Amino acid sequence: MKNTIITFLAILPLLGACTKKSNDILIGEFGSLTGNDATFGLSTNKGLRMAFDEINAAGGINGKKIKLITIDDQGKSEEAASAVTRLITQDNVVAIIGEVASGRSIAAAPIAQKHQIPMVTHASTNPEVTKKGDFIFRTCFIDPFQGFVGAKFSIQTLKAKKAAILRDVKSDYSVGLADVFATEFKNMGGEIIADLSFQGGDLDFKAQLTQIRSKNPDVIFIPGYYTEVGLMAKQARELGIKVPLVGGDGWDSARLHEIGKEAINGSYYSNHYTTESTDPTVVEFIKKFKEKFNETPDSMAALSYDTAKILAAAIGRTKELTPKNIRDELAKTTDFPGVTGKITINADRNAVKSAVIVQVQGPERKYISTVSP
Amino acid sequence: MQDFVQHIINGISLGSIYALIALGYTMVYGIMKMINFAHADVYMVGAFTAYYVAKWTGLESSPGVSTLLLLLVSAMIICSVLGLLIERLAYRPLRKSPKLNVLITAIGVSLFLEFSGQVIFGADPKVFPEVMNQFVIANFGGLELKSSDVTVLGVSLIAMVILNFIIQKTKIGRAMRAVSSNASVASMLGVNTDRVISFTFIVGSSLAAIGSILVGMKYPKIDPLMGMMIGLKAFVAAVLGGIGSIPGAVAGALIMGLSEEMVVGYLSSTYRDALAFGILIVILIFKPTGLFGKYSVEKV
Amino acid sequence: MHKSVKTPLIAFAALLLFGGLLNFGVNAYIQLIVLFVIINSILAMSLNLVNGYTGQFSLGHAGFMAIGAYTSAYASTQFSFFSESFGFIGIFVTTITGGLLASAAGFLVGLPSLRLKGDYLAIVTLGFGEIIRVTLLNMEAVGGPRGISGIPSFPNFFFSFSYSCFWALICFFFIWRLIRSSHGRGFLSVREDEIAAEAMGINTTKTKVQAFVLSSFFAGVAGALFAHVTNFISPSSFTFLMSVNAVIMVVLGGMGSLSGSIAAAFFITLMPEALRSLQEITGVDLRMVIYSLLLILIMILRPQGLFGDKELPDIWRKYVRKSA
Repeated sequence: MKNTIITFLAILPLLGACTKKSNDILIGEFGSLTGNDATFGLSTNKGLRMAFDEINAAGGINGKKIKLITIDDQGKSEEAASAVTRLITQDNVVAIIGEVASGRSIAAAPIAQKHQIPMVTHASTNPEVTKKGDFIFRTCFIDPFQGFVGAKFSIQTLKAKKAAILRDVKSDYSVGLADVFATEFKNMGGEIIADLSFQGGDLDFKAQLTQIRSKNPDVIFIPGYYTEVGLMAKQARELGIKVPLVGGDGWDSARLHEIGKEAINGSYYSNHYTTESTDPTVVEFIKKFKEKFNETPDSMAALSYDTAKILAAAIGRTKELTPKNIRDELAKTTDFPGVTGKITINADRNAVKSAVIVQVQGPERKYISTVSP
Repeated sequence: MQDFVQHIINGISLGSIYALIALGYTMVYGIMKMINFAHADVYMVGAFTAYYVAKWTGLESSPGVSTLLLLLVSAMIICSVLGLLIERLAYRPLRKSPKLNVLITAIGVSLFLEFSGQVIFGADPKVFPEVMNQFVIANFGGLELKSSDVTVLGVSLIAMVILNFIIQKTKIGRAMRAVSSNASVASMLGVNTDRVISFTFIVGSSLAAIGSILVGMKYPKIDPLMGMMIGLKAFVAAVLGGIGSIPGAVAGALIMGLSEEMVVGYLSSTYRDALAFGILIVILIFKPTGLFGKYSVEKV
Repeated sequence: MHKSVKTPLIAFAALLLFGGLLNFGVNAYIQLIVLFVIINSILAMSLNLVNGYTGQFSLGHAGFMAIGAYTSAYASTQFSFFSESFGFIGIFVTTITGGLLASAAGFLVGLPSLRLKGDYLAIVTLGFGEIIRVTLLNMEAVGGPRGISGIPSFPNFFFSFSYSCFWALICFFFIWRLIRSSHGRGFLSVREDEIAAEAMGINTTKTKVQAFVLSSFFAGVAGALFAHVTNFISPSSFTFLMSVNAVIMVVLGGMGSLSGSIAAAFFITLMPEALRSLQEITGVDLRMVIYSLLLILIMILRPQGLFGDKELPDIWRKYVRKSA
């Protein structure tokens, strides 16, 4: 018994050495399917799978089927680095899609750049990501824009003068967005009266909220993820804080309202698209997504769906299937009609697109306004 | 002033949550002299048991006493069985091994539960069912005392009293104390060591189950990694109070909750998690036995 | 040539030859994993000095690694001492600085070990590790949660490989010879029986602190190597799990066996990568489940680890004698 186990342990590493060849177009994805950030990796993975399944069902690209190879990075940056290296050198993919978290995209981007393989990130909003090289693209807007949208909305629509910020120090996304919001809000004549922090995964925010309450802000900006925002809204209302809460795309999930219940109603956040849209692309996407996964798609799923379609379109335009050609075609993407709006890739390889502000009303998201760059 | 009182209320309500989990750590440590790292993950399993039971019986949004009892009982049963299994399969074979091996096994069990949880339950957070309606007990000028705050504190205090009674006054409690001070002598004197240890694990795991439901009511977001941080903090609380001491665990937990709250409220919100460990290090260096711990001399 | 430098030099030359083969023979993915194996070996060997040889229990190795990694990364991204072509001298300097700062932290952590034992010490070191991580998370100067990116790396794999091997060999021979010196026997005596060691005239206080300082130096070096190999670090790289990983390597290989630590580093680094193929079949990521299950099984079935406190030559001798 003992010896069998030990022998098994010894040969285990050797099992990984086998690889196979195929005639499909190989596209790599790295994402956090487990770990603290798993919820985002799972959403984007669903969006990608749905997009590629649709393309394959329609006959693939120029007769070739797409095969998506997904690697779990467990939400760790060093795993992201080895995942991307593996995708490029071991699995020989022609393009890479990933990551939601900007930190892990920043860890992976130089590797893709070094090997000259195009990498498209669907939801990393930190500006640094695409500065890593000319093979790195993104299909979402960037934090400076989102922070601007939040600040503009708070000042102009909510008529707020004093804002409090509650940032997640564990998340580069949250810190980046909070910084931009603070600068923009002050530039527009507002005042930041409290800038407090928490750590993603915390349950209790009453200490921070009690302190915020004593300063009487007009609005509380929470650039966090829905996992904490729901609880936060609940505790804020319990403490009698009635001012509106404003946030970013990290809020977008059906769970936001399930956790926060009526406490989160009436809060606003900026998002990539609105489920209320009457655009047939969006309606069709939501319907199909619900059929396939039995849930409403969040913006991560929508973004990754668009990313997959943009990448597939770029591959379809290439005369010869090389990473370099894919890169060139990606850069030429203009006015792509996606679920998250018309997407144009600019000279900095960032997507130029508008953001929408929505209000939480129970499970529904009421469309408030669109802000264009 | 109003803020200060509010901070006190928040701190005590947070501390009483740590207390419920800290009791489980301190029980097992008191008897077996081992840190049961998996305790916080048993707590996680308790929350998910309640979630699935509520889902299957369709009681997700029908708060009431019967729902509470059903969920409590089912979570306690599942957690006790899990606790027993962990003890039987992972810890018992190592009873004579060096402490380090036991600690590593405990970490292994903890990781195993966390990662299997991610595979079985899914890694994304779930919403805990509504178990009880919350209501305001007292209201003094802007300050509200919620039923959930009082319940958690009440349950931890009751659990503390009952545990203390069991350990000090009952037959099994005497056996537990005997095993705690010297397991081999106790077994020579006719104490069934295995049974005592199993009993300890049942009690500890049931406490974790109760804790998970109370926490779920207050913070209705559960995920497979929910036990990690709260477990560490509860453990620090147990050490602070003097590990092995039942009243110590509760006192330590309340101190932890209050000091976290005060630091965030008045000093800085950034170093909250570092604070817990800071307290721990200071306590261990200056008074390693904690507030209520007993000092033991090592004989040569 | 003096005997004391002969063996390390031969070993280094052999490794260089191997590195040369790897440089052209395999793809970048395998090369990256080989580098991780070396870094993990240094981590495991250094922790073995504290956990294995001296019998203390540290659960905060990731913290020391973080200090080394951040120091080296910060210094080499902020200042450029040398021109581009001599960049590796800069890396050498920053690696040592990282190691020294980590050992200073090790000194601080070593102090409580004078009063604490076993579980308590484990928890205190865990706490130190977490404090270091939370501090880094809140330091804007080192990027906060964004970490440091664009850390300079070596021109090619062969360079990184030889540099990592250089440190791995220093770590290996340093600990190997230390433990076999009369001074080093003091470490073992502290592990076996502290009171008896004290009675025999060994300054246990000094010994324990020394073990922590030396161990954290190499952990810092491993961290610096990690930073230059991945070119990106953030506080989320150095969590509690990383410390657990280091402990697992030590225990799996055998407490007090350097060759065991290296073997375990091989195994622990390769296994998750190998199990990726399994993920393609099952569709779910079972790697960490299997990993934790293995840990429990090893503790129950072979608590002394693969090698126990024996080294590879001992086992070899035993095996040869048996078969002869």
